[in-house]
Amino acid sequence: MKAPLSWVLDHVDVPDGTTTEEITDRLTLTGLKLEAIESPGREITGPLVIGRVLTKEPEPQKNGKTINWCTVDVGDANGTGEPQGIVCGAHNFEPGDLVVTVLPGGVLPGGFEIGARKTYGHLSAGMICSARELGLGDDHDGIIVLPADAGEPGQDVRRVLGLDEETIELEVNPDRAYALSIRGIAREVLVSVDGATGFRDPAVRDTPAANDEGHPVDVEDAEGCPVFVARTVTGFDPTAPTPDFMVRRITAAGMRPISLAVDVTNYVMLETGRPIHGYDADKVQGALVVRRAREGETLTTLDGTKRVLNPADLVVTDDSGIIGLGGVMGGETTEISDTTTTVLVEAAHWDAVSMFRTGRRHKITSEAGKRNERGVDPTICEAAADRVVELLVEHGGGRAHPGVTVVGSPPAVPAVQVPGGLAARVSGMPISEERSVECLRAVGCEVSGSGTLLVTPPPWRPDLTDAQDFSEEVVRLVGYDKVPSILPTPPSGRGLTRPQQLRRRIGRTLAGEGYVEVVSFPFVGTADLDALGLPDDDPRRDLLRLTNPLNTEAGFMTTTLLPGVLRAAGKNVGHGTTDVAIFETGTVTLPRHAGPAAILPVDRRPTEEEFAALDAALPAQPLHLAVVATGDAVSGGWWGEARPVSWADAVEAVRSVAAALGLEVTASAAEVAPWHPGRCAEISVDGEVVGHAGEVHPTVCAAFGLPKRSVAAEVDLDVLIAKAVHLRTAPTFSSFPVAKEDVALVVDASVPAADVEAALREGAGELLESIRLFDVYTGDQVGEGKKSLAYALRFRAPDRTLKEGEAAAARDAAVALAAERTGAVQRA
Amino acid sequence: MSGPNTDYDPVEVTPLKADQVDAMREAALAAIAAAPDLEALKQVRLDHAGDRSPIALANREIGALPPQARKEAGQRVGQARGAINQALTTRQAVLETEHEERMLAEETVDVTLPTTRRRRGGRHPLTMQSELIADLFVAMGYEVAEGPVVEAEWLNFDALNLGPDHPARTMQDTFWTEPAEDHVVLRTQTSPVQARTMLTRTPPIYVVCPGRVFRTDEYDATHSPMFHQVEGLVVDEGITMAHLKGTLDHFASQLFGDGITTRFRPSYFPFTEPSAEVDVKCFVCRGVGSDSCRTCRGEGWIEWGGCGVVNPRVLVACGVDPEVYSGFAFGMGIDRSFMFRHDLEDLRPLFEGDVRFSSAFGTEI
Repeated sequence: MKAPLSWVLDHVDVPDGTTTEEITDRLTLTGLKLEAIESPGREITGPLVIGRVLTKEPEPQKNGKTINWCTVDVGDANGTGEPQGIVCGAHNFEPGDLVVTVLPGGVLPGGFEIGARKTYGHLSAGMICSARELGLGDDHDGIIVLPADAGEPGQDVRRVLGLDEETIELEVNPDRAYALSIRGIAREVLVSVDGATGFRDPAVRDTPAANDEGHPVDVEDAEGCPVFVARTVTGFDPTAPTPDFMVRRITAAGMRPISLAVDVTNYVMLETGRPIHGYDADKVQGALVVRRAREGETLTTLDGTKRVLNPADLVVTDDSGIIGLGGVMGGETTEISDTTTTVLVEAAHWDAVSMFRTGRRHKITSEAGKRNERGVDPTICEAAADRVVELLVEHGGGRAHPGVTVVGSPPAVPAVQVPGGLAARVSGMPISEERSVECLRAVGCEVSGSGTLLVTPPPWRPDLTDAQDFSEEVVRLVGYDKVPSILPTPPSGRGLTRPQQLRRRIGRTLAGEGYVEVVSFPFVGTADLDALGLPDDDPRRDLLRLTNPLNTEAGFMTTTLLPGVLRAAGKNVGHGTTDVAIFETGTVTLPRHAGPAAILPVDRRPTEEEFAALDAALPAQPLHLAVVATGDAVSGGWWGEARPVSWADAVEAVRSVAAALGLEVTASAAEVAPWHPGRCAEISVDGEVVGHAGEVHPTVCAAFGLPKRSVAAEVDLDVLIAKAVHLRTAPTFSSFPVAKEDVALVVDASVPAADVEAALREGAGELLESIRLFDVYTGDQVGEGKKSLAYALRFRAPDRTLKEGEAAAARDAAVALAAERTGAVQRA
Repeated sequence: MSGPNTDYDPVEVTPLKADQVDAMREAALAAIAAAPDLEALKQVRLDHAGDRSPIALANREIGALPPQARKEAGQRVGQARGAINQALTTRQAVLETEHEERMLAEETVDVTLPTTRRRRGGRHPLTMQSELIADLFVAMGYEVAEGPVVEAEWLNFDALNLGPDHPARTMQDTFWTEPAEDHVVLRTQTSPVQARTMLTRTPPIYVVCPGRVFRTDEYDATHSPMFHQVEGLVVDEGITMAHLKGTLDHFASQLFGDGITTRFRPSYFPFTEPSAEVDVKCFVCRGVGSDSCRTCRGEGWIEWGGCGVVNPRVLVACGVDPEVYSGFAFGMGIDRSFMFRHDLEDLRPLFEGDVRFSSAFGTEI
């Protein structure tokens, strides 16, 4: 809310010498946070004075323009008392007029410095100003001519122009709609600023009694519209201008001046907080009726939009049909125009929830709607309407029609029981019951009783409904800055859970392996999945759709982290970082299509079943890990050649993570997008598939701006973490000598090395300590379609030195089983 | 063997003459001293101490001497051999040392050569910031609570006293999911974790919940549709705003430095009453608010988050008896805290995945 300070101070007095900052500091501390202090004259420095034009000599120029060489009386403001010679390009003034003169040394908005300078053959010492040059609007048709009684030449002109008017912009929380008005802010000044007195409520005025002569109104839905006041002004002059003070204040408050009739309703809304609607009474046919809309009804609102109404919308109708969306926006047919001479003024109180819903439904945000949906004082409809009538009569030459229509009455506000010690108990401050009562009365509550207080909130505070709400009012007036600082003593905690610790360990492990963590948005589009090459029936295409994505091309929650990491890697490559290894951990969203997550009651705890059903209705959201690497794994240098990343790096990244969790994973060949069909490993632990790793399909690489042979992996960390080994058993070592045996086996190229190794292990028996594949050879020496696998085997017994030939016998058994299982032939 | 024959005519055995033995010894010692390297010394050893060396041959002759001469000759030869062996050992050690020194000198490398062959990894600064914050609270005895990011509308709003027509729902521009009747949202705050915590634990509750949240904010230098919050919740007997203030003051001093405290301003959140905005004293100008301070823009305070006393309505919806227990809750942006703690003006690098950004923070902050 932007509030011109002079307007606020029309309604409350602060001690002399109180600065704007002192006022706003206090308002900030009691809950209306200062956003900005604006002043139209802030950027203007130096002498800006009233000048009286003494002479004006038009001088045609060669360029076709005519300039005026003027002498201007600026009193003593120029230090000499002599007239000031000024060249002026405007013509809308005559000798004798009072004008706004900036003298040399002055600075206008935009840092425009004024000096004495030679121009058009004269020494022009200063400038006669237009409104635009002073930052007072767009008017540049001519210079400002001041009223004859504006003041004496030489006098500072800032006050006359309102340039010294300060506007304070305050942040108003949605529970405190009353502060969306001068009335509310003045009241806050009263209770917040030391020594403030003399609150003059703009909504308290003598209003004429209701009678039967006003415009007929029939409210069919009293719940939706508890109060409806109608007044009429006749003989209104539609050409009457809005007075300057009103234009300035409305503009400063952030609204656009339109016409006197509209400006007056806005002015009164800003002043009292009560939105007002004005109709062109000559266009209204018959009685106004307030009711809910009917299915299929439409209305063209005054923003020109034709709207299909909902049966829950409150509407105002006349004999012609619907003429307004009550409390939200008027209709086109009865809109006030530049020919309106009879104004029908509506000040009605509307149900806030209905306003909120209608506003959302029709996507209308307006100053009126903002107030109506947050809750307006229902008791001030008559006063607000009367104030509108007064201003229309005063400035528009109209006459107040004697008719006063008042339908309904403000709903009663129930009193609330508030324990007298609640504020103390909530705040931890020694606030006495007397102090609480004092504060509550200060904000407008009626308080009776003791021990348990009976508190009736003021009608402008619909937010005060619970005992705890009142405690906040007390505490904020006592001062949040006085709340003591006491550290509570929690019971002994259990520290991080095991999964929490392991997640950290996974990140550190990958960072240690040279991977850099990234964070991506989890939004994805079908085009991203196409880019991954996912087949139509891939389960990762079952996506949770967002109703209102920021970007329609990423309108779903992702089921895989790969698009994010691939894109990030591609971007790095694009930025010239060619060797990239990144990882990301994050949840993915896997829909379960398990039906609605119920909206449960809030006046009790949900049952265990209800709570469980709520969780079951949500998508599964497992934590995934994705890694991508491209470029060189080891860079080249004086030590030797670079080693580019390969599919094996992706598998190794997963193995490292698994090892950090005390797990061993198994890799087996798989064909899964987005990987290279011949270079994709399915990774499993204890027979359960946890993800895939390998070289990324060249087409996918291209789609994400990555070079061929980039590699990636994605695994489900929740599964890995669940399987993580918690307590590891201490190992025992044999101190007897080791016996080493090497074997080279030739197998078909299609036989997985893992199968050969498994057979060797099993065949070698218990004496086998370790096995390591140290060479893979393909070529002429082993023949077409074959490969040679060379293994180093180490044998050792736990309790003795192996006898001569024992290791060799175990090796032979290992080879024999490998031959049986995989067709392996030992190389000579 | 017969006994010594003292009557036996002594035989003159030339090699055992004193001057001869001395000459052998001197020759050997000279050769040892002259051996330039281990290889040469090896030959010297053979020549002067080996089986066929003069002194070894002389030694064999001792037996041929008459008994009375044997002792003297034996002593003489023995001393000579001892001296030669001693000299060999000494020379061997000297030459070995020399050899090693020469080898080490020859193996000298340029230690200024680059050594980095593998990329350095790094963790995301927001991950580390979250952990740092969690650790501060774990140290106080709190536990870390978690919940899903795709969340039930009821837990994100209704249970937190944000009914369907609550104006505050528009404060948090929510991502909704389809079908609408499923009532599932992307959580707009970490507060549903509060509700989950109260629904699954019994007081006393002291938890902190860092996590990702979503709002429909267009992505720019200061807004992101996804960001990170940390929320704290305490439910215990006799909890007041003073405990909230004490906790946040402690948190602020741990995160931003000794003497950095907080300031409360009245605010509004449906799930707390009273509610407050919490500002943290600028840790750069230390609250002075000098115009040149970029961190607080001359205000002396930085907006940090929101907090308050848990609204009894929330306690009721989550099964906690407000007659027995009271609580406080607070929440702040991790990204925002990171930004002003590390002087980052534009948040976008946090989510762009440029390795140059994360790498700069290493593995711990």
